[in-house]
Amino acid sequence: MKISTTRRLERLTERYMNGGLDRRSFLGLTAAAAATAGIGMRWAPQAMAAVSEVRFDGWGGVVQEAIDKYAFQPYTAKTGIKVTQGTFGDESEIVTKVKTANPGDFQIVHSSGVEYYKRYVDGGFVSEINEANIPNMQYVMEAMIAPFRKMTPKLSCVPYDYGTTGIAYNTKVISEAEAKEKGAKLLIDAKYQGKIGGYGDMVTRVWYGALTTGQNPNDIKDMDAVWAAIRQNRDLVKKYWSSGAELMDLLAKEEIVVTEAWSGRVAALQAQGAPIAYLDPPGSYAWMEDMLILKGSPMQECEELVNFMLAPETAIAVAEGQNYPPSLDPTKVKLTDKIAKMPAFDPTGTMTALTFADPNYWSANLDDWTKQWDRISKGG
Amino acid sequence: MSSADRRRPWLLLAPALVTLVVLMILPIGIMTVFSFYQFETAGVEKEVFTTENWREFFTDGFYHMFLWKTARVAAITAILCALLGYPPAYFIAMTGYKHKWLLLLLLIVPFWISFTIRTFSWIHILGEQGVINVLLMKAGIISEPLRMLYTEGAVIMGMIHFLLPYMILNVYVSIEGIDRNLISAARTLGCTAGQAFYEVVLPLSLPGLMAGLLLCFVLAAGSYVTPEILGSTRDALFGNIIFDTIMGQLNWPLGSTLSLVLLVMLGVIAAIYSRYMGLSRVFKGLGA
Repeated sequence: MKISTTRRLERLTERYMNGGLDRRSFLGLTAAAAATAGIGMRWAPQAMAAVSEVRFDGWGGVVQEAIDKYAFQPYTAKTGIKVTQGTFGDESEIVTKVKTANPGDFQIVHSSGVEYYKRYVDGGFVSEINEANIPNMQYVMEAMIAPFRKMTPKLSCVPYDYGTTGIAYNTKVISEAEAKEKGAKLLIDAKYQGKIGGYGDMVTRVWYGALTTGQNPNDIKDMDAVWAAIRQNRDLVKKYWSSGAELMDLLAKEEIVVTEAWSGRVAALQAQGAPIAYLDPPGSYAWMEDMLILKGSPMQECEELVNFMLAPETAIAVAEGQNYPPSLDPTKVKLTDKIAKMPAFDPTGTMTALTFADPNYWSANLDDWTKQWDRISKGG
Repeated sequence: MSSADRRRPWLLLAPALVTLVVLMILPIGIMTVFSFYQFETAGVEKEVFTTENWREFFTDGFYHMFLWKTARVAAITAILCALLGYPPAYFIAMTGYKHKWLLLLLLIVPFWISFTIRTFSWIHILGEQGVINVLLMKAGIISEPLRMLYTEGAVIMGMIHFLLPYMILNVYVSIEGIDRNLISAARTLGCTAGQAFYEVVLPLSLPGLMAGLLLCFVLAAGSYVTPEILGSTRDALFGNIIFDTIMGQLNWPLGSTLSLVLLVMLGVIAAIYSRYMGLSRVFKGLGA
């Protein structure tokens, strides 16, 4: 099995500290490993050369287009540093790639918040950013930073935007009154069998399973009832979508008439004139996204880019482009009317009106619930 | 025989052996090692020996059900490929058309377009707003769109679309290799055209047909993209279960175990085929 040089050095240190290796051998082996790293690793030449590009991986679609247009292109014009971009449909996909790549191959990830942050921390993929190099962090809501700092006092990421996963419905089929009355229960309404969609993601499924059974998603008492609700939804669902593009396609082509949906994607559909409305039922799933800098990245350049992205003029332009509010504190930075009208926008900067996933609660159940959801989704 | 003579075959074989070892044996070896690791949490495994992953596979009916389902769907796909592929293969082999190469080229044309794009194209054909439903509704034959997309049928159709050329090529090579004098002899001895086909062509083309069946079965059983795009989650095959385990649950040890299970299942089927038919038929078809 291939192990990274970093891991090899960590193991040597561990053996030395445990007394399993004498000092002479430790120093010799460390020098050999370091020499190998310098000579043999294919990323070493790039690391030693001046950084001319930074790698970014995001969610693609309208979200990444906005980031590219309003942040990356101006950044490249200003600094000459190119931002190479990749996309993923599911964040587990990028976690797998990071796990199999050399440190530094993947550098900045538009990560989906605290639950996933823990996976990067557990996998040992996180860096330590120097916050002094990101002065624009002063504008970021403290309520968004706190959950990450709780996990790693020295941050590896900077919160960047937030939104909700509410319910999108076709107004030609479902009236506003019906949507408001039924709320999350629309997703298990047999009347719409074969016309219901859903995000094929465990967190969203369990969250809405909890809401449809009248439970607090951050403190579920009757998990069996939640799984039963998820099965009930599964039997009515036409298709579980796996990306924002697929969600928009299914709604636009009227393959489905109701689904959970990402607020920004619905706003993009509405801008195209699609007869789609959006509803945040009580306890709707709120999430925050962050710019995560991975271990092995060129820190100075990555920090500089993140700082550029957090500059109010950049962050506001990106927010308006991607239809998600920025992480900027509205009490510190004057945001635009367009942002103020976005779903989930919190004018107080405290985030108390939104229900986020409790990172400790969800992290503790992530593995088991993901496995169970995978089974249920396949008919189990 | 001199030592140089003894070394020569090995030297000639070396590139193929190295490629085989690096690209196949080694990855399978790594997967085997991983299958005995302990899963800690998503993306993290402990390098301690455990048979837990194998125990989970052998004791959990969920995996057995999907293995059976995969074999069933792959078998249906392969049989439909044979039924749909034999006539065109026969036609291409028997036609007196002087530009036969053009017909063979048409078989290969679909490979010029990305497999994923070809698969996605079915959404616009089978969807509720797709060509079939729109035409049927405009013609007044149906009032509500038929549900064709995101079903097992759509998955099988998508796989047939992808696999049919492999079947046709295998059967074509087999029929093309039949001595035409045998057919003439059969006709001279009083066979009708139909009898000549059933008594001479069909039996002699069976090895090609079987090779096509094996190839289609193996490729369908290992399919992941088609069920993902054209099927609902319930129409998943074993490949999708492996994907979920590795990419979703980030459980590499169990994912490796399941990958090895599929590999062994397909290997056993290929071995049975090889025992009775000989794998050389498959390679002959692929080399057409």
